[in-house]
Amino acid sequence: MGALWIVFRKEFIENLRDRRTLFSALLFGPLFGPLLFGAMVSRMLEQNTLESDQALHLTVSGADRVPGLVQFLESQGVVLRRVEYGEEDATSAVRRGDVPVVLIVPAEYPDRFRAGKPAPLLLVADSSDSQTRKDTERTRSLLTAYGSEIAQRRLAMRGVDPLLALPVAVNDVDVTTPTGRAAVVLGFMTYFVLFAMLMGGLYLAIDTTAGERERGSLEALLSLPVPRASIVGGKLVATSAYMSISLAITLAAFCGVFRFVPLERLGMSTNLGLGTALRCFGICLPFVPLGAALMSFVASFARSYREAQSYLTAVLLVPTLPIAFASIYSLKTRSSLMLVPSLSQHLLMTSVLKDQPAAAGDVWVSAAASLALAALLTILTARLWRRETMLR
Amino acid sequence: MIEAEGLSKRFSQVAAVSDLSFQARDGQITGLLGPNGAGKSTCLRMVYGVLTPDSGRACIDGIDIAGETSAARSRLGVLPHAAGLYGNLTARENIVYFGRLQGIEAAVLERRARELAETLGMQDFLERRVKGFSQGQRMKTALARALVHGPQNLVLDEPTNGLDVMAIRGLRDTLLRLKAGGHCILLSSHVMQEVAALCDRVVIIGAGRVLADDTPSALRARSGASTLEQAFLQVLGDDAGIG
Repeated sequence: MGALWIVFRKEFIENLRDRRTLFSALLFGPLFGPLLFGAMVSRMLEQNTLESDQALHLTVSGADRVPGLVQFLESQGVVLRRVEYGEEDATSAVRRGDVPVVLIVPAEYPDRFRAGKPAPLLLVADSSDSQTRKDTERTRSLLTAYGSEIAQRRLAMRGVDPLLALPVAVNDVDVTTPTGRAAVVLGFMTYFVLFAMLMGGLYLAIDTTAGERERGSLEALLSLPVPRASIVGGKLVATSAYMSISLAITLAAFCGVFRFVPLERLGMSTNLGLGTALRCFGICLPFVPLGAALMSFVASFARSYREAQSYLTAVLLVPTLPIAFASIYSLKTRSSLMLVPSLSQHLLMTSVLKDQPAAAGDVWVSAAASLALAALLTILTARLWRRETMLR
Repeated sequence: MIEAEGLSKRFSQVAAVSDLSFQARDGQITGLLGPNGAGKSTCLRMVYGVLTPDSGRACIDGIDIAGETSAARSRLGVLPHAAGLYGNLTARENIVYFGRLQGIEAAVLERRARELAETLGMQDFLERRVKGFSQGQRMKTALARALVHGPQNLVLDEPTNGLDVMAIRGLRDTLLRLKAGGHCILLSSHVMQEVAALCDRVVIIGAGRVLADDTPSALRARSGASTLEQAFLQVLGDDAGIG
């Protein structure tokens, strides 16, 4: 225990003096996620307000033929721009991006309309363009509304109750709570938290293993009368300490960001206060030694800093795999999933953020599974350090 | 006292060291002399216990070195071939770190570090971070680190590599002082002059075997050569033992 503490203290202090470590572990790693997140949500808010507040600009060819429709559209606040386009003119104008969408009223429209036959309208739009898709959708729903208004009027004129044409009335009941809706957005916040935690220990995991070898200090260290397990243990505890600090900073930063991002305007609310942050910290804590042991184990194979860095970029992706898998198959929280580290932390944190209390049993299973795997990897690392090949 | 008894070590198909035996006595400087690749480093690594011999054993003051926490290790100071230091720690912190791991109390250590700094002439850079040190300053720090627990025995693998004349002279003085204090010193080198000037006993190694083990003057006399260099080449023979 004495040697473990001595190794821990030295690694902790030495890395505290390294600017690169400090930058990546305590600044870039923990703040990157929250800031990016804040910017993203702000942008979404901006777009949302822009789209619903802004008037729809619609380019119409042959507007003179449809005074009724024009009146209807203008009453809905649509700004019309009258042109005389053939189908080809309209197609090329949309393709060039001059106008988002063009509505063409063909010459036969008035006759067919009067005859009570389906009157054709041409909507020229580019469905692969996500920017203009909103405009197209808004135009289409306005045209549908106009159509059903005409239909009801025709039925009424013929003495038919227009309601007969509405055999079913579908009403949506959305059970999402404002917090739940936010959780969709918060879904990948858990990924940022896990990522920042690993980033916090990345440089220590490399510096204390491959770095020791590259510096040439390993051989002298291994010739001391100290059990290798204590040396490895001290290094892992130091890496874990940095990861925990990084985790705490990340969660604090998220709390801060959500204080300034007006989520309520998206119809969401967040409960990310101190209590939730502490609960998330507790959920993630068992993952810390696992991440430290995994990174140190892999970096122990590397001969140089650079080599270790390229190995560990791959390792950084490993914890994201179960999360990605879960979202592809939209897995729900289940007790058996608590056995999968990173996924269990993701699911538990998501529950907490959604204001759904996580089952105490699940929390313990998640912690036990992560810690068991951490213990296994620690033993494997210590074994690796006992091998002579460490010096070759 | 350091004893190697029938040390052998193979790396996959290559026999790096075969049945190597020698003694390094207290109050003497013993030199392992041999061309590059003769097995000097492998031999020393078995002596300070980071490699386990396939057969034979290495004893420090009569205690087998095998095992991580062996008592033999605390009687041994080691300056490996790659004696890297921790760049973000000061020279003193580097020394104290190893002292703490040797199990020495903090108060004793501070005194020890000051004493070593004085003997090795490190006062100017003791409190500076190692990052920008010269080769000579690094060597002194690494040597102080190896001596921090006051070991009876000292093993140095090619200690003069990369040092300038002044630093080599400083190292030589230190080793002679330690020898005068009754310590046992074992060093490896491929530089004849160095060994001739410093060592009381020379063990010549070629292709992982002991080719000769005697005093420099006896080696010269036996081969009828006027210099140790000639004696060395003669002992190595035509194939020169370069593996």
